Amino acid sequence: MNNTSENIKEKQLSAKDFATDQDVRWCPGCGDYSILKQVQSILPEIGVKREDVVFISGIGCSSRFPYYMNTYGMHSIHGRATAIASGLKATRPDLSVWIITGDGDALSIGGNHFIHLLRRNFNVNILLFNNEIYGLTKGQYSPTSPKGQITKSTPMGSLDHPFNPLAVSLGAEGTFIARSMDRDPKHLREILLRANNHKGTSLVEIYQNCNVFNDGAFEVFTEKGTKADETIFIEQAQPLIFGQNKDKGIKLDGFKPVVVNLNQESANDLWVHDETDRVKAAMLVRFFSDQTQTERLPRPFGVFYREERYSYEEALAAQTMDALNKKGKGDLDSLLAGKNTWSIR
Amino acid sequence: MKNSIKEEKESVTILFAGDSGDGIQLTGSEFTNTAAAYGNDISTFPNFPAEIRAPQGTLAGVSGFQLHFGSVELFTPGDNCDVLVVMNAAALKANLKQLKPNGTIIANTDGFDSKNLRLSKYPEGVNPLTDHSLDKFKLIQLDITKLNRECLKESGLGTKDMDRSKNMFVLGLIYWMYNRELDKTINFLKEKFKKSPELIDANVKTLKSGFHYGETSEVFTSNYEVKAAQLPAGNYRNIMGNQATAIGLIAAAQKSGLELFYGSYPITPASDILHELSKHKNFNIKTFQAEDEIAAICSAIGASFGGSFGVTASSGPGIALKGEALGLALMLELPLLVINVQRGGPSTGLPTKTEQADLFQALYGRNGESPLPVIAASSPSDCFEAVFEACRISIEHMIPVIFLSDGYIANGAEPWKFPQTKDIKAIVPPFIDASDVDKENFKPYKRDEKLSRPWAIPGTKGLEHRIGGLEKENETGNISYDPDNHEFMVKLREEKVQRIANYIPLQKIDSGNDSGKLLVIGWGSTYGAIKTAVHELKNEGIEVSHLHLRYLNPLPKNLEQLLNNFENILIPEMNNGQLLQILRAAYLKDAKGLNKIKGLPFTVDEIKVKIREMLNTNE
Ligand SMILES: Cc1ncc(C[n+]2csc(CCOP(=O)(O)OP(=O)(O)O)c2C)c(N)n1
Ligand code: SF4
Repeated sequence: MNNTSENIKEKQLSAKDFATDQDVRWCPGCGDYSILKQVQSILPEIGVKREDVVFISGIGCSSRFPYYMNTYGMHSIHGRATAIASGLKATRPDLSVWIITGDGDALSIGGNHFIHLLRRNFNVNILLFNNEIYGLTKGQYSPTSPKGQITKSTPMGSLDHPFNPLAVSLGAEGTFIARSMDRDPKHLREILLRANNHKGTSLVEIYQNCNVFNDGAFEVFTEKGTKADETIFIEQAQPLIFGQNKDKGIKLDGFKPVVVNLNQESANDLWVHDETDRVKAAMLVRFFSDQTQTERLPRPFGVFYREERYSYEEALAAQTMDALNKKGKGDLDSLLAGKNTWSIR
Repeated sequence: MKNSIKEEKESVTILFAGDSGDGIQLTGSEFTNTAAAYGNDISTFPNFPAEIRAPQGTLAGVSGFQLHFGSVELFTPGDNCDVLVVMNAAALKANLKQLKPNGTIIANTDGFDSKNLRLSKYPEGVNPLTDHSLDKFKLIQLDITKLNRECLKESGLGTKDMDRSKNMFVLGLIYWMYNRELDKTINFLKEKFKKSPELIDANVKTLKSGFHYGETSEVFTSNYEVKAAQLPAGNYRNIMGNQATAIGLIAAAQKSGLELFYGSYPITPASDILHELSKHKNFNIKTFQAEDEIAAICSAIGASFGGSFGVTASSGPGIALKGEALGLALMLELPLLVINVQRGGPSTGLPTKTEQADLFQALYGRNGESPLPVIAASSPSDCFEAVFEACRISIEHMIPVIFLSDGYIANGAEPWKFPQTKDIKAIVPPFIDASDVDKENFKPYKRDEKLSRPWAIPGTKGLEHRIGGLEKENETGNISYDPDNHEFMVKLREEKVQRIANYIPLQKIDSGNDSGKLLVIGWGSTYGAIKTAVHELKNEGIEVSHLHLRYLNPLPKNLEQLLNNFENILIPEMNNGQLLQILRAAYLKDAKGLNKIKGLPFTVDEIKVKIREMLNTNE
């Protein structure tokens, strides 16, 4: 979205102005609260009028989100928020449209619409709350649950190979692909702002802790003791460095990313992040290895990939203009009559 | 030149049949356009094979186009044909039973070689053209392929290209038989082959030689005159059902001042609506070919949420997929039009055949208690007015509406006395006047006397609100699980639909008296067959009336009273008795059904036989 300067701010709104009078009904301690807070806090900054903001969600715990936003909103049906947002954005390019969805909502039932929204590149923002579980239906495994996960529907462990949401998004020709987490509000905030500024579909996967059915799923990425070694924050033009003492880096050995110890090797050979490099983005999204493996890579957070490409609604509006220019404004009487008429007296 | 005898005919039915690659549909529609422009009343019935390119020469690959034209008003494409044009043996075999006794067969002998005979499953050594089995018909045998090649031998075209135009030879011949001018078709060919002048020349030459062949050869002893019909005065055009539906949508958008958004996923026989609308983007129409039927309806809901008029269309299987979203739209109480161009059977069923078996699906095919208005068109041209009505109700009552058409009327054609823009009434969208509301206490589900809510769209300052599929408290729209509220809301939504009856016309009898021994009730595309059957019987002095329903939910307020005026009720339907059950349940009437579930429309005769049986009148 880039509705910045043109919209004159009438009164400086605050995060509070974006909250509704409805009780927020997520479980205490749910990661959704933190995401709600960050979204409410960036909206006054992006310079879009409150009446021009629309939140559309599917079904799931996360999809209750629109009720808590004092903007226009629709809590729709399972998996279809992306399709509804497509029609809205196609006809109302002027609106700032945000899609709120979960891992089950976006990637299971809504998988089809999800990939098609990305390839069409409507200028909307998708916030995919990934908690690797079905929350609202009380704890079945989701398409992002790791293999072997014990849940209510998989007492002997899930057999499904997990989906990699960012690889799917990249494969679906997404033009802005990013990851953040509920427990890192500063980072989340920054990514949300960048998503808003991107013209085209912005996909932000947000690791969200479901403390009731899948507590600690992302603990290694969020807890003090492990975070530094298990995560890597990727930034444009910066080398891939991580670790407790910033002493580890990632280097490309041919097409194979390897972890190097910076106490032994020079930082000059490290992989430097380039958000516009599709080939490298494809490798980065693949830093998704099984956490039980020993030779594992850290999980990246940040903007993996971005690309400038025309948005669907822009092209659609241009076609309408084109038709108008070529044929002139439609005349109903000549349409009704068609080309061959005759009269009977 | 030989002097042929001119005979006058009231109406004629021609059935063109051939391989799906023979250009049958084009031949039929060209004759239709020419006959219509001349002033005949017409009614057509294209009948496609299920496969795009079924193996050549086989029974499965036969494509047909039946055309009824006359100097009197016609309501059906005719039960049987006077002339059967067959390009090959399979076409003869598949359609011979349609030919009237003494009817004329024009057979392309080239399509009756041993291979063609074998493919069409004639017994070894049998050729219907030579075994006298066709003696009771007028059989005219022509080697059309050869005649056509002869006429194009100097064209420089290859044999394949030459053969492709042989349908024009046939068309020329038929034009001569029925005294029609060639100019409409010549203009059409010029437009169609604009980019290849050699094809224009070849096709025009063939068309003309077909015509001249009729004139000079001895094969026909007479040609026929079918005078212009005495239709009500006015301006006419020829129209197909899907086209009329598309134009009706555009008219509704123009008359409501709303932008039309059409989200759809291709399916036979609904796709032509998408094709037609896509041509008219200069009417500020947005068409969107979605990834599936669910996305199609959801995109339309999104568009309506934003203040456009969202429309989606499909056929039965696709409507099944849309069910959940349709329930959402019902809860959101937004305008939305869902078009079902019905086809035959459950699942994929009979994709290219017609049926009217989705009435229950339209009325009940959703979870929970979820009533919606349902409106059905009765003929190709009626699609215009009926879909316009469906749009009007949807927009003015803030409610999704289901519009039923079917394969038969979608692809059929008839003359249409088209209206003028100024005579079409406006549709008033209930947009909220933001300056007029108490913003602090804005209630998105506050209702008016229609029980419908105001339309506040994103971008309107101060009216920010959230809607969704969860049960809601009346007026505020806030989520509510309160048991009493739910029961109240279910009844309220039902009442909202029922109140639409106050905003639709009272039911009229289509033909016959307002009371009597027998009332025939129809809905949808059975209109023509019922109307013709009733007319013909009335001409014989038999008392019978016809009532045709456009509004299937809510039913017109005076319907029960009308039914009470008759001793017996007959309901012919191309299904297993769906309207029958509805009317029986609603009015406790012992109506009788006449059901045809063959993927084919009723013939007039089938209906007449049943009426006679019910009235105990012997022929
Ligand atoms: C058509 C349909 N199928 C199933 C459901 C039940 N259902 C509701 S939410 C959900 C899963 C949601 O999971 P996720 O998207 O991960 O959201 P979370 O609750 O974890 O935020 C399911 C299966 C439904 N509401 N509708
Ligand atoms: S079930 Fe899990 S995801 Fe849902 S509200 Fe509770 S903690 Fe959050």
